[in-house]
Amino acid sequence: MNAFAPNPTNETFVLNLGPQHPATHGVLRIKLVMDGEYVVEAEPVLGYIHRMHEKMGENRTWAQFMPNTGRMDYLHALAYNHNFACIVERAAGIEVPERAEFIRVITSELNRISSHLLWFGAFILDLGGFSPLLYAFDDREQILDLLETVTGSRLTYCYFRFGGVYNDIDENFEAGARAFVARMRERMPMYHALVTKNIILMKRLTDIGHVPAEMCRKYGATGPVARGAGIDFDVRKHEPFSIYPRFDFDIPVYHEADSMARYMVRMDEIEQSLRIIEQALGAMPEGPVMAEKVPKTLKPPKGDYYHAVETARGSFGIRAVSDGTNTPWRLKLRTPSYSNLIVFGEAARGMLLPDALALLGSLDLVIPEIDR
Amino acid sequence: MFFIDAELIRLLAFVLGVIGFVALNAAYLVWLERKEAGHIQRRIGPKEVGPFGLLQPLADALKLMTKNLITPDGVDPILFKIAPILVMVPAIMSFVTLPFSDTLVARNLDVGLLAVFAFASINVLGLLLGAWGSRNKYAVISAARVVSQNVAYEIPMLVIIVTLVMITGTLNLHEIVTLQTGGFWHWNVLKFSASPLMPVAFIIFFICMLAETNRAPFDMAEAESELVAGAFTEYPGMGFGVFFMGEYANIVVGTSLATILFLGGWDCPLGLFPGVHWFLIKMYALIFVVIWIRWTYPRTTFYGLLNLSWKILIPVAFFNLILTSAMLKVF
Repeated sequence: MNAFAPNPTNETFVLNLGPQHPATHGVLRIKLVMDGEYVVEAEPVLGYIHRMHEKMGENRTWAQFMPNTGRMDYLHALAYNHNFACIVERAAGIEVPERAEFIRVITSELNRISSHLLWFGAFILDLGGFSPLLYAFDDREQILDLLETVTGSRLTYCYFRFGGVYNDIDENFEAGARAFVARMRERMPMYHALVTKNIILMKRLTDIGHVPAEMCRKYGATGPVARGAGIDFDVRKHEPFSIYPRFDFDIPVYHEADSMARYMVRMDEIEQSLRIIEQALGAMPEGPVMAEKVPKTLKPPKGDYYHAVETARGSFGIRAVSDGTNTPWRLKLRTPSYSNLIVFGEAARGMLLPDALALLGSLDLVIPEIDR
Repeated sequence: MFFIDAELIRLLAFVLGVIGFVALNAAYLVWLERKEAGHIQRRIGPKEVGPFGLLQPLADALKLMTKNLITPDGVDPILFKIAPILVMVPAIMSFVTLPFSDTLVARNLDVGLLAVFAFASINVLGLLLGAWGSRNKYAVISAARVVSQNVAYEIPMLVIIVTLVMITGTLNLHEIVTLQTGGFWHWNVLKFSASPLMPVAFIIFFICMLAETNRAPFDMAEAESELVAGAFTEYPGMGFGVFFMGEYANIVVGTSLATILFLGGWDCPLGLFPGVHWFLIKMYALIFVVIWIRWTYPRTTFYGLLNLSWKILIPVAFFNLILTSAMLKVF
């Protein structure tokens, strides 16, 4: 911990971090009031790539909004697909075939791993280590190739449909997924040996960047940020959706609340996701991947619906209000990075600039999801 | 008939030789760095321009030179333009006293070691002026870091040098190497008769050299994920290019010094066929390690770096100094 006397010289300057800055990973601007290298105040400034996704949702049919979901969190697009599919299915009362649920879980977990891998590389890059990024991209490439074969795209997926998925997986995908699980299990010890146990990395992350549990509750931070602070909450376990309750997996929770805890949570989550994929591949049932009776023009009954999923960054909730027509009357998207970012203003106070940027990196922000 | 003084020709040859050596190294170390980084990261590195991408430095230089040299609004134009030169020139000057082999040295000064350090300290000034002149907050933060970093790391480095001078009894670089000839067991790095801590002294020297040349994991001056491009943020085209070349030239100076002071300069490890080739082999081996470290480790923080110097390196260096003086007195 840095002993810090707040603003001892009373001479501060304002540093505009962003909107174009290598450490903000997108068009995020953070207004920092600095005293030398100490952050006196940090204020995230949002809205540089706001695209009105919520309003767009009110102007198109339910089905037409599906591609938008993949464009918010472009790193874990399938979870966003999943959530929107789930809420519409819940509203319209559509039964999803079992095989489709399995495919959804497998692809979504693969996507979660790819997101964590990208974060892992980019985070070490924030800390000045360039090489792990390319190793992580090498692994991520395997996932993207796999998902490309079934979804047709590599980043902004639009794979799930109301009542199932658009495309069945074949034995090539299954074999590829199994091979990937084996490969990743081999790679994880290497990552831990080369990166996690690196003395410089440990010194930079341990006991630095505290986001305690009260702060997470205050700002609504979820996902690895909250789990790194000792809050045992994962939508997959605590508000189960889809077929997640059938799988045996753990929720990694660390109590240190520092950057290292958040790092470890994500690294452990990769292993847990591998477990889920392995179990799902083993128990994959035969059958259709699309529900039979899905009306062409979907008109969910009048009502107020909410559904949440666990994305790579935390709990993503959709509140949809239907007035019985073919367009949503209101769509409210509760995205995890937004809450996770707002923590930064309080948590970064009194930190040194490099530590504050390590903290920012450890929050794993995806800017288009904040400015949805 | 017009007669040219032989000394003048010698001088001219050395001026051209030194500048050529520095320029070639600065250009091809970039290539080496990119190739090495590529292989460390399981890719190939530059391969399109020429065989093995060997013409890549030329293409890079051409690109940098064709760029418009913008002087941004509000900068101090004199400081802004003079800073890259202030970084580059002292690095070249340092080569004047470096002995590459028994006969290959431009000026064999009796205070050669002192001269190299005198020139090396101007480098910081260049960075500071450039950053200050470019009127950029990131640059100023970077400059403040560079200065305190250099102050912190010059102390252990000079303490090690004092120890070495006590052992060898001379500041003349040529003599320092001559005293080490005759096989690797005579090199200063293994001179256990002077102090059992000589390998440690070499490691401290190497760490300080990394810090002085602003190389990772101590690359506070650039720290691209924190300070955009640090002191060079406002520099366009060749202004940045000259800084860059100066940085590599400083690495060459640093590794050459390490070779001369600790690894016996041009001496062969087994005492056979000494010559400039051995000097170059040792120097490039050290440069290889420098690049290797760069692409393996993340960046330290600024206070971690100062802690390392003040709490570990300086005490150890002073302990080595006392130990050496005691042993020299006793034996």
